[in-house]
Amino acid sequence: MEDMEKIKEAKKKWKEKYEKSSQQRDALFQSISAEPLEMLYAPDDIERMDYSRDLGFPGEYPFTRGIRDNMYRGRLWTMRQFSGFGSAMDSNRRYHFLLERGQTGLSVAFHLPTIMGYDSDHPRAEGEVGRCGVAIDSLEDMEVLFDRIPLDKVSTSMTINAPASILLAFYICVAEKQGVSSEKISGTIQNDILKEYIAQKSWIFPPGPSIRIITDIMAFCSEHVPQWNTISISGYHIREAGSTAAQELAFTLADGFAYVEAGIRAGLDVDRFAPRLSFFFNSHIDFFEEIAKYRAARRIWAREMKEKYGAKRKESLLLRFHTQTAGCSLTAQQPENNIVRTAYEALAAVLGGTQSLHTNSMDETLALPSEKAVQVALRTQQIIAFETGVPDTIDPLAGSYYVEAMTNRIEKRAYEYFEKIERLGGVIKAIERGFFQKEISDAAYRYQREIERKKRIIVGVNEYVVENEKIEIPILMIDPEVERVQVARVRALRTRRDNDLVKRRLESLKNAARGTDNLMPHIVEAARAHATLGEMIDVLKAVFGEYKEIPIF
Amino acid sequence: MERKVRVLVAKPGLDGHDRGAKVVASALRDAGMEVIYTGLHQTPEMIVEAAVQEDVDVIGLSILSGAHMTLFPRVLELLKRKGVDDVLVIGGGIIPQSDVDQLRKLGIARIFGPGSPTIEIADYLKEWFKSSSRAQV
Repeated sequence: MEDMEKIKEAKKKWKEKYEKSSQQRDALFQSISAEPLEMLYAPDDIERMDYSRDLGFPGEYPFTRGIRDNMYRGRLWTMRQFSGFGSAMDSNRRYHFLLERGQTGLSVAFHLPTIMGYDSDHPRAEGEVGRCGVAIDSLEDMEVLFDRIPLDKVSTSMTINAPASILLAFYICVAEKQGVSSEKISGTIQNDILKEYIAQKSWIFPPGPSIRIITDIMAFCSEHVPQWNTISISGYHIREAGSTAAQELAFTLADGFAYVEAGIRAGLDVDRFAPRLSFFFNSHIDFFEEIAKYRAARRIWAREMKEKYGAKRKESLLLRFHTQTAGCSLTAQQPENNIVRTAYEALAAVLGGTQSLHTNSMDETLALPSEKAVQVALRTQQIIAFETGVPDTIDPLAGSYYVEAMTNRIEKRAYEYFEKIERLGGVIKAIERGFFQKEISDAAYRYQREIERKKRIIVGVNEYVVENEKIEIPILMIDPEVERVQVARVRALRTRRDNDLVKRRLESLKNAARGTDNLMPHIVEAARAHATLGEMIDVLKAVFGEYKEIPIF
Repeated sequence: MERKVRVLVAKPGLDGHDRGAKVVASALRDAGMEVIYTGLHQTPEMIVEAAVQEDVDVIGLSILSGAHMTLFPRVLELLKRKGVDDVLVIGGGIIPQSDVDQLRKLGIARIFGPGSPTIEIADYLKEWFKSSSRAQV
């Protein structure tokens, strides 16, 4: 082993010599999260690191190098493009397009009325129908959405939170109609309500009842839908709202621990539900910071699950995650540049060991993805997978002085945040006090000021600007006819179905909500009877109430 | 002595993306304006009600969901019905150029799309306020 003291001496001399004589660019030399970056990292920056203790081998505790022993040699990440717009028929068409072009999993984007618990004909839905996701009001819409898609062969992730129980029920019923039992379906519901209060803001009910719904789903799935990920504990949205990488990591894991505690409080065995918790991270443009973040995430989760929550099964310790490249890093100016940004961000996610990946399309600052743009986004993943050689060796950056130092540092930052959150009384108390929201909006404001003062360059926006540029890429437009048709459709459904049956099903859902029965079987029954999403949510709203945020900025 | 410009930053519709609205609100406050932020999920009725109650000079509408062609005109219509004709209405978010042109015709003074420096928004509002009738009040 080389003498560490000799290296430190030499480094000190090198620093003194070059800091005096070298010119320096006028730049911050801070990560996008305002972490100062040394000019150079050397062995002394990781001198206290112990390979077996801190890194280990892939598929072995603490899983820093990857959750599976053979990682991408065994199986590539799932290429799973988040997608949905217009009617269920429009989106079904797009899903077939994506599957035909080599996507390996589905991911559903719902329109805002569905996300917020309204049917398409609700007054609050006006103007919003089909605009930023697919309109799903009922089981019938869901059947069209998955037309000719075999649910025993394709896994589906659904980005849905407050109404997740209902969309899961719809999915189970669609599979049932295909002759596929709930034991055979695989997929994920985002179902991460804590980050809604913190960042994505698509809540309906207050925290208490929302957690109850989540633990009901966890219990139901461990019995009946064993291949389903019950929560996608998310940092993506926290990051999109403006947080730093350390905040994204810390707040996401803190939410995760809160769900584990909720599950345990509800009397569930941690080793039964923890293996089905999954995660969702952002991949932002600061390349190495992101890779460090993913590696630290795996190590922290494994350690805490083992030591704090006493999980015994290996599967309970694995931080499995989906990644989406950062929407907030993309620009409306010179949108073709976004292809490049997305490529670097995707590469970081792969180098970080993600299990599943969505790459943004170049036009996402302007509209929902066109076919042309989403094809390029998918090809971006395929080129990484098959041409770059990157997936052929596991965790290739391990041992890099820089990457390991960054992994250690962001882990340290996360624990600093865990302590802060603990002192505030836990995640829900911290949410009530606006802690996360303030951290996020402060970080977002700092970043904006850096850009406006040109301390941080965004190509095409504050530098390398093209005046009066013309947009030369196809832009997806949503036909207003979609809304008219969908409104008529849901109204027609309400006249066609057995309304007495619906009434009875909604009544038993209401009673279950008032009591302690698991809600899922009641929701599934109501879904089968063609109760609409809005009707079921209204029943739950009447019992649980609605959340109201105190806005701060 | 010129009084402070009063701005209502509002989030119409179901859209929950508030990063931009909050950044703009903070920047305008730092630029010396009085800023009221409505919070999320506001109907046009709620926004106009707040604007009138708070007696603001400017309404800034932020929307990323694509519902702007329904919600922005509704805000303008309600202001007209209430006889409010001296308040400046601006917007921002994800609004295609073709819609920007239409909205300007309807009475939205300016749309500040992605990448707009907040300092530009602040300067624009200060300029407008100087020569507006509301500054005399």
